[in-house]
Amino acid sequence: MKSHDPAVQSLMGAARKRNVETVWDRHGKQEPRCGFGETGLCCRHCTQGPCRINPFGDEPLRGVCGADADTLVARGLVRAIAAGCAAHSGHAKHLAHALKKWARRVSEHYPVKDVSKLRAVAERMGLDTEGGDVRELAGRLADLALEQFAEGEYPLSWAFNHLTEGRKEALLKFGAVPTGIENTVSEMMHRTSLGVDADAVNLLKGGVACAIADFAGSHMATDLTDILFGTPKPVVSRANIGVIDADKVNIALHGHNPVLSDLLVRTARVMQDEARAAGAAGINMMGICCTGNEILMRHGVPALTHSISQEMPILTGALDAMVVDYQCVYPSLITAASCAHTRVITTMGMARIAGAVHIEFTEENALDAVRAIIRESVEAFRTRRGLAVNIPPVTSEVMTGFSTEAIVAALSKLDAGDPIKPLIDNIVNGNIQGVVLIAGCNNVKVPQDENFLGVARELLVRDVLMLATGCGAGAYARHGFLSPAATGEYAGPGLKAVLTAIGEANGLGGPLPPVLHIGSCVDNSRAVDIAVAVAKKLGVDMDKLPVVASAPEYKAEKAVSIGTYAVALGLPTHLGVMPPVLGSPRMAELLTSGVKDLLGGYFIVETDPAKAARAIFGALQERRRGLGLSVRSW
Amino acid sequence: MEFKEIIIRPDNCTGCLSCMLACAAAHSGAGSLLGAVASGEKPKARIFVHRLEGKNLPMNCRHCTSPPCVEACVTGSMHIEPDGLVPNHDRQEMCIGCWMCVTACRFGAIRETGGPDSRAIKCDRQCAFETGIPACVRACPTGAMFYGGVDQYSVAGREFFFRRWLKSGSL
Repeated sequence: MKSHDPAVQSLMGAARKRNVETVWDRHGKQEPRCGFGETGLCCRHCTQGPCRINPFGDEPLRGVCGADADTLVARGLVRAIAAGCAAHSGHAKHLAHALKKWARRVSEHYPVKDVSKLRAVAERMGLDTEGGDVRELAGRLADLALEQFAEGEYPLSWAFNHLTEGRKEALLKFGAVPTGIENTVSEMMHRTSLGVDADAVNLLKGGVACAIADFAGSHMATDLTDILFGTPKPVVSRANIGVIDADKVNIALHGHNPVLSDLLVRTARVMQDEARAAGAAGINMMGICCTGNEILMRHGVPALTHSISQEMPILTGALDAMVVDYQCVYPSLITAASCAHTRVITTMGMARIAGAVHIEFTEENALDAVRAIIRESVEAFRTRRGLAVNIPPVTSEVMTGFSTEAIVAALSKLDAGDPIKPLIDNIVNGNIQGVVLIAGCNNVKVPQDENFLGVARELLVRDVLMLATGCGAGAYARHGFLSPAATGEYAGPGLKAVLTAIGEANGLGGPLPPVLHIGSCVDNSRAVDIAVAVAKKLGVDMDKLPVVASAPEYKAEKAVSIGTYAVALGLPTHLGVMPPVLGSPRMAELLTSGVKDLLGGYFIVETDPAKAARAIFGALQERRRGLGLSVRSW
Repeated sequence: MEFKEIIIRPDNCTGCLSCMLACAAAHSGAGSLLGAVASGEKPKARIFVHRLEGKNLPMNCRHCTSPPCVEACVTGSMHIEPDGLVPNHDRQEMCIGCWMCVTACRFGAIRETGGPDSRAIKCDRQCAFETGIPACVRACPTGAMFYGGVDQYSVAGREFFFRRWLKSGSL
């Protein structure tokens, strides 16, 4: 079993028949994996290496410089966190530049769409919001955002302004206080280079600071995206490869930043005639990975597929263009596309792929660039006309768009004066046993979606409310867990009652979905905001809440960074894939247990989804017991 | 069934030490690398990679047809099986730790368990599990170890030589 997704399974046969190499083939060719790398005991930080350490006590026991297993593992881990922080924050910075360019009239393509969110964020960030000029306020907020990247005198405000007092104190006490985003990443690169920090605990502190900087970048990305493109509201759409329409110009948007994809979606709507002139029935936009989440949440654009199955839509023979920006985009798309008519179009100067069509996209030339991209896609459609296509007719209904604001608005129909109260009441009375945030990627080492589905089935039936982001949300979308019908199928009686009450109060005539899709990977910040609101209302810190994070099939460095900030914010955090830390028993112990005394959060590593669900449920019950709430056994 | 040898191709060895790690892991109670590391076991590898003058050599017990270690063993702990395997793991309790097998072995393939009750240990092929292929061979990313019969290897060797000769055009 390579994937639980029937559309992917069907196209795997097509790949075999046409001898197209996929991610699963390459995974096989990478076996055997290097055991030193798997355990985190390989160092390539200087040319005296590569050095390895034997985890079984035979020589070599130290690197050439004398670094031991603890140092190697810690350095590897915190470099991954730094890379994850750089990625989310680079994404946020791109948005800040777009907003600033509109404010300074350098580019008119990025006007503020959600003025009330602009004011709310500006207020939260301590800006004076008096006066009515939106452009002026947007300019000041963009400047403040960009200042967050440089070293400041203060704890990084885009992180600290969004936390409880207790969390701020805990982080200050732990010694993980970033003063800026980019200097923190830079410091981690410095500290992990040859001959600098060789104290595993100290390195972990630096890593946690970097993860908090990642939280700041993620929160900023969410805030600025909502300001520029609108705060998501509930919307209904469909997911999976069956959303491809053979008669239309099919364009998949893949990557992360809505700076590109949102404008593409809006522009395609007014360019339908060009597609019709080419003999198509119109333009069909679809999303892959997180940029897909952004346009699904805001425009109801269908989700095509996610993460490891990103090559598969090309095998339908009906995908005319795959338009990418950055992050999680496999270079193998070029090879897969070479066996079809599909154009892979790269758009970012810093993320090109040899063999792709490159249409350089900047905020200034944005409209011209997206028009050129759509015309290129229409041209590709012309070359496809008359050719056979193979589109597996697999789709699922999706209800999405659950931003923090949308969730609060839905709850306010139950209690307009105190919208968080119904959520808290139902946690207290046990209808909701706790909240689990499911995040992260697919990983080729796990049969696609197996852990996501396994964890959800076990938790939903036990009345655990689930929030999902990123490709985790993608898995649930493709398997029907984001539809109201799934509540009837999977939710326990308590959860079903609560979701039905909210749904009916909002005029849906039925329940909300049992898994609420809150956005892309940067939108894990939305889950933190909800947790902070609940913690403040209860008057406790976040490390007391029955809230757990889980990345059942993660792969990216970004996920390591998110997992670390979840732990730092006090949440038990499950990982369904073994991180490369086992080579240092001390680090492994610290991450799964020692850190609990320091930050309240800790990692739960469990690769079996049934056992993972048990561990997550156990962690929720431990928190409930701590709050004096009723507890349940498994 | 023909006894299969591990025949070394030193030119293919990059010195990554993956065979040593896989060997140790296969000899752990958990039987896997992550399982052994997670439980804190310290199993010992029975294959060794040596580097001299820029060349690498992965080396383990040759399972000699006339094994000097068996000749040297006074208790019968080290012995030869009918199929050609030269083990001692199944008669570990007979080992007295005299190290005469170590003295006799021309290849340095025998090591000790360590600890106060130290005994001789070596490649025992108790590592193939359901795959039927020794862990070191499976772990090698470059094919530096051929696993099969001697004659089978010779056929491959002749073919390799012949193809190269044909390619050179001098035949």
